[in-house]
Amino acid sequence: MMLTELTIAAAQDGLRRRDFSAVELVGAHIAAIERLNGRLNAFITVTADQAMDAARRADDVLAKGEAAPLTGIPLGIKDLFCTDGVRTTAASRMLENFVPPYESTVTANLLRDGAVFAGKTNLDEFAMGSANINSAFGAVENPWKREGEADTVLVPGGSSGGSAAAVAASLVMGATGTDTGGSIRQPASYCGIAGIKPTYGRCSRWGTIAFASSLDQAGPMARTVEDCAILLQSMAGFDLRDSTSVDCPVPDYRAACGRDLKGMKVGIPAEYRVAGMPAEIEAAWNKGIAWLRDAGCEIVEVSLPYTKYGLATYYIVAPAECSSNLARYDGVRFGRRVPAASLDEQYEATRRAGFGAEVRRRIMMGTYVLSAGYYDAYYLRAQKVRNLIRRDFERAFQQVDVLLTPTAPSPAFAQGEKMDDPVQMYLNDVFTVPASMAGVPAMSVPAGLSANGLPLGLQIIGRSFDEEAVLAAASAIERAASFTHRPALRAEVV
Amino acid sequence: MSLDPATVRRIARLARIGIDESDLHALQGELNGILGWIEQLNEVDIDGVEPMVGTGHAALRMRDDVVTDGDARDAVLSNAPDAAGPFYTVPKVVE
Repeated sequence: MMLTELTIAAAQDGLRRRDFSAVELVGAHIAAIERLNGRLNAFITVTADQAMDAARRADDVLAKGEAAPLTGIPLGIKDLFCTDGVRTTAASRMLENFVPPYESTVTANLLRDGAVFAGKTNLDEFAMGSANINSAFGAVENPWKREGEADTVLVPGGSSGGSAAAVAASLVMGATGTDTGGSIRQPASYCGIAGIKPTYGRCSRWGTIAFASSLDQAGPMARTVEDCAILLQSMAGFDLRDSTSVDCPVPDYRAACGRDLKGMKVGIPAEYRVAGMPAEIEAAWNKGIAWLRDAGCEIVEVSLPYTKYGLATYYIVAPAECSSNLARYDGVRFGRRVPAASLDEQYEATRRAGFGAEVRRRIMMGTYVLSAGYYDAYYLRAQKVRNLIRRDFERAFQQVDVLLTPTAPSPAFAQGEKMDDPVQMYLNDVFTVPASMAGVPAMSVPAGLSANGLPLGLQIIGRSFDEEAVLAAASAIERAASFTHRPALRAEVV
Repeated sequence: MSLDPATVRRIARLARIGIDESDLHALQGELNGILGWIEQLNEVDIDGVEPMVGTGHAALRMRDDVVTDGDARDAVLSNAPDAAGPFYTVPKVVE
């Protein structure tokens, strides 16, 4: 087996046994990035030299028998996490030359535990998008191909599309993502990997470039559920510097992956059976239900009546928060400046040139729904509907332990499809947004292939701070699905 | 609710985003498309429902009123597009 095929769990053991060195492990991944990134465009910045230096230090630590949980493990970091001394762009012209003088809490936690960063992964600009086509550094290519269509370029999903593509193609063993309305789960589903959005408040947002602060949450993406659990263990934890960080103990996530599911109650929300759902999505969902039943779960029909308003609510709340957060890009203190005669003209010229079309659209939508005379009709109404959506979940979780749904309404689509109408693009997130609105944890796990050979993910949604039940159910699906398919473009074959 | 070109210009002005006349028509169409779609929220009965401003798991914490960070002037200025000594610069605002 090649080093790039290993799971994080297996690599931890191999490094400790000295079957291979961290230099060999990291070197194999850097070589894969050099071969494939020109095509996939999964990384905006590759930090090969720093990664190899870190690998040598990891080998010293391993030789002394002092390994931390992630010593020598090569990871990709979504280019939305500030990294000390390493350019952090948010895939925006606005931050093309921004070099943070500090480290985000999540990446600092990973470094504390020995992780090696191979580089900064591509994303939709400021994490706004569902196809990773809104990047100032170019679109990301999904390493998967439709059967018989080797030349059709598919999107990896978004916004964490670079992280998903890099993990799927074995350029790194795992990656960080962020999820505001589905930005970890939907690309995980499109690229055939696992990814978890933890409970809002579980991972610190400090040092992560803000999009919609009441929704943004960091989480891991990896090829197995257990690897996600290992990464989340490091990333999670209370942080005084984030006022919404929650001070509660972080349990042993890896142990949860092996938990017996006997007696677990799994809810199937009727409202997720949306009109026009493709038959293969419904079939994958039904298979997931059968697998959990076989694992000893009790299947319960539940109702989330306000779910259907989730997406429309999201597209008021998220742009409102985005318009407020992105006001900081003024061309004065950091980031791009387009000089002009007056301060107002400089703001307008800077923001016109620095932001891409989707970001400008969302800032304007948010500005409008917050403006005098429209605040009550749009923003306040949306916040009230959001509360109803949360109550739906609270009621459902009085009856069941987790919910099972599809992750996305389709497999990965091709670049150029769904791109004329913003609303059509937004519909990709119809199944992921409701959990974001409620703040509850949710995970995508690969469950099978579509008729044309593309991965399909299933989503497990859990109670607030019960990531363990989510990981346990996702692990059971992973075992039953025995998803061993790999994408056409990957380190082992290219 | 449908936005006319003057309203689109006003929103852009509030957001401090310059728009060209050539952008205006497309932007108006896209914003109206999104607004038309979110109109569906008007059918929800929200009487007596409290607005949700966050997930509410973290209560705002008090801390001692002391300096916990600072003395990092050069780091703070390191990304300024045009710093002059220890200052940010802006175009002249007082005539």
